[in-house]
Amino acid sequence: MWQIALVLGIYLPLVIVAGHYLYHVTMQQKTWLDPVMNRIDNIIYKISGIKQVNMTGKQYVLALILSNAIMVLIGYIILRIQSALFLNPNGIGTMEATLSFNTIISFMTNTNLQHYSGESGLSYLSQMLVITFMMFTSAATGYAACMAFCRRLVAKTDTLGNFFVDFVRVITRVLIPISFIVALILVFQGSPQTFNSNETVHTIEGNMQDIALGPIASLESIKHVGTNGGGFNGANSTTPFENPTVISNIVEMLSMMLLPGACVVAFSLMVVNRKRKTLFGKQGLVIFAAMSILFLIGLTTCYLAERAGNPIIGELGITQDLGSMEGKEMRFGVAQSALFTVVTTAFTTGSVNNMHDTLTPLGGMVPLFNMMLNVVFGGKGVGLMNMMMYVMLTIFIACLMIGRTPQFLGKKIEEKEMKLIALCILIHPAIILVFSALAVSTVAGVEGITNPGAHGLSQVLYEYASSSANNGSGFEGLSDNSTFWNVTTGLAMFFGRYLSIIIQLTIASLLAKKLWHSESVGTLKTDNAMFTFLLVAIVLMIGALTFLPALALGPITEHLQIRS
Amino acid sequence: MKGFFEYSKQAVLVTFSMLVLCGLIYPFAVTAVAQVLFNHQANGSLIDLEGEVVGSEKLGQAFTAPEYLWGRVSAVNYNTYTKEDLVPDVNGETAYGGVSSGTFNYAPSNPELKKRIEEDIETFLNANPGVQREQIPADLVTASGSGLDPHISVDAALIQMKRIAQASGLSVDDVEAIVKANTDSRTFGVFGEDKVNVLGVNLAIFEKVKEE
Repeated sequence: MWQIALVLGIYLPLVIVAGHYLYHVTMQQKTWLDPVMNRIDNIIYKISGIKQVNMTGKQYVLALILSNAIMVLIGYIILRIQSALFLNPNGIGTMEATLSFNTIISFMTNTNLQHYSGESGLSYLSQMLVITFMMFTSAATGYAACMAFCRRLVAKTDTLGNFFVDFVRVITRVLIPISFIVALILVFQGSPQTFNSNETVHTIEGNMQDIALGPIASLESIKHVGTNGGGFNGANSTTPFENPTVISNIVEMLSMMLLPGACVVAFSLMVVNRKRKTLFGKQGLVIFAAMSILFLIGLTTCYLAERAGNPIIGELGITQDLGSMEGKEMRFGVAQSALFTVVTTAFTTGSVNNMHDTLTPLGGMVPLFNMMLNVVFGGKGVGLMNMMMYVMLTIFIACLMIGRTPQFLGKKIEEKEMKLIALCILIHPAIILVFSALAVSTVAGVEGITNPGAHGLSQVLYEYASSSANNGSGFEGLSDNSTFWNVTTGLAMFFGRYLSIIIQLTIASLLAKKLWHSESVGTLKTDNAMFTFLLVAIVLMIGALTFLPALALGPITEHLQIRS
Repeated sequence: MKGFFEYSKQAVLVTFSMLVLCGLIYPFAVTAVAQVLFNHQANGSLIDLEGEVVGSEKLGQAFTAPEYLWGRVSAVNYNTYTKEDLVPDVNGETAYGGVSSGTFNYAPSNPELKKRIEEDIETFLNANPGVQREQIPADLVTASGSGLDPHISVDAALIQMKRIAQASGLSVDDVEAIVKANTDSRTFGVFGEDKVNVLGVNLAIFEKVKEE
């Protein structure tokens, strides 16, 4: 218990510092890295022909989609011809077409769902040129979209910010420096970073053992810093080489929590008057508090469920003092595993340090529900945007009840925005539930299920929730490398990512163009504890209304079965 | 339309700049620094025994001989194999399918899980007479997530000491000292769990037996 509290205690000061830095980078204010970074950025702008002119919301989205499309194309080509390229000491073959499609969508959308196994599916060059590269660019894309969104909420014009500039700045000034430091810490703890081929050793029992090496640490750090989550090895951060010690485990958790939280802090600073110095703006604090409450509810549930162990193993007469250890690593134990599980799904990273398929039913329901809500901090940038949809929905509902005009940050929320907000909130559950229904009613879908009974449905729900929320963790028992699963999850990831971003930026553009109204006594306050409470209630209510039936048939049924 | 072409051009160029920066310069820079500062870890923390590499400090290994400490259940058998495992059977498949990682992914309610654990308990009790069923800690008969877990709990090591001492000819005290030397307590006293490194113990046993 203490170790969980300590980790969260270290997180709070870190996130505030990172938030202030992020704010400076976003608003093009001075930082101490400027003398070096300005030069590097200018070289990149020059090579790429980027003119630092402001874009309208539409232009911004266009630039975002175009650059992502080109990255997808190049990445796909590399995966299809990787066997013929250099830096392939382990002689890996090319990747099959639907699997390549799935992989490339997965990494471009910041999902990192993996239907391949890294040790046998990718060359070192692909791990770097496709996977590591996309981990940077997809995180930067999400961040750029979020900052464009936040800027428009507080601005009086729709023409501001340049996608390419935002995109480059966050990579050079935030992602690369942090990843570099984290990578070195991970190597220090025991993650390999080499271009040598895998090692075969002779054990003292006279057998042989293969040891998979590679440039693991450099991928591992951006995997967490960019809330990506796709591992170098098949078993992700459970493997000792990706996550060697409990220290590396804590560093990885803090890395993935850092930037999504910092986005909220940066937003809070944008909202407050720029002249006033403050540590954490009130409006942002309200949102941060709501996210934290949802996070802590999930964490407590998951920890207690895992600590209680699996009653079926208990019946066999052995001692389960350590909690449910199936699928977990001894060096982490239940506490570090439960914390990692909740962090990775709340912050939408998708790396795992224990196998989620083997979690107890209620312990496994927490990550599933986190991804279904998709607003508990969420992935880099996009989590905050999703939460903003709920913020506006809450304002709308609350104002309807007390008979006032809904207004947020001085902008009236009207019919057109509300329609788009409702659409945006509905897309996510629609993708999860429709695809799950399709999977359980077709032969090709059912073939992937590997656990019998209610847990089989959980596997399906988890896979689509993870895809649509752009999380990327899995109930890995699912045999998902088939045409059906590759294509459907590919589509779920694609729609989950781009439809949401397009709609959200459209809403921001609409609000940016509106007249600003000063606050009066009749305005609903959105920066107090009451609003935090309302926000949490609305998120849980919408989540429960949409997903309770599915959860009742999956994890809740399984829980009742093993406890009876 | 003019904007479309201009953005496309910028998108292509920025993609290639980032491909070079994030895909090549960054990993090469990390490798260079890591190889200089932390050479041992960067190459896999390999263990050298009399000039031959016998494993990695970070990875577990499969042990079945009675004189060695046994580790956790692994779905990939720790990527450990014999020469026979590489010979293809009638269907052209080999028992060892190449380096991998992972677990069985059995849900808590899966009957296969109960069956597997029950079998492992039986095997363990037969090999360790005198050990009671309720003394077996869960980590010893549950599968690790990676299939490469190098550790077991302290209790899981203690209940094996009698067997190890008998089979190896060492005294129980010697074995106990070896286990103790390879036990890591919680980091800073709070983080993680107390644990024993299985390969570390077995290498020490190997050398001790050779000495005597």
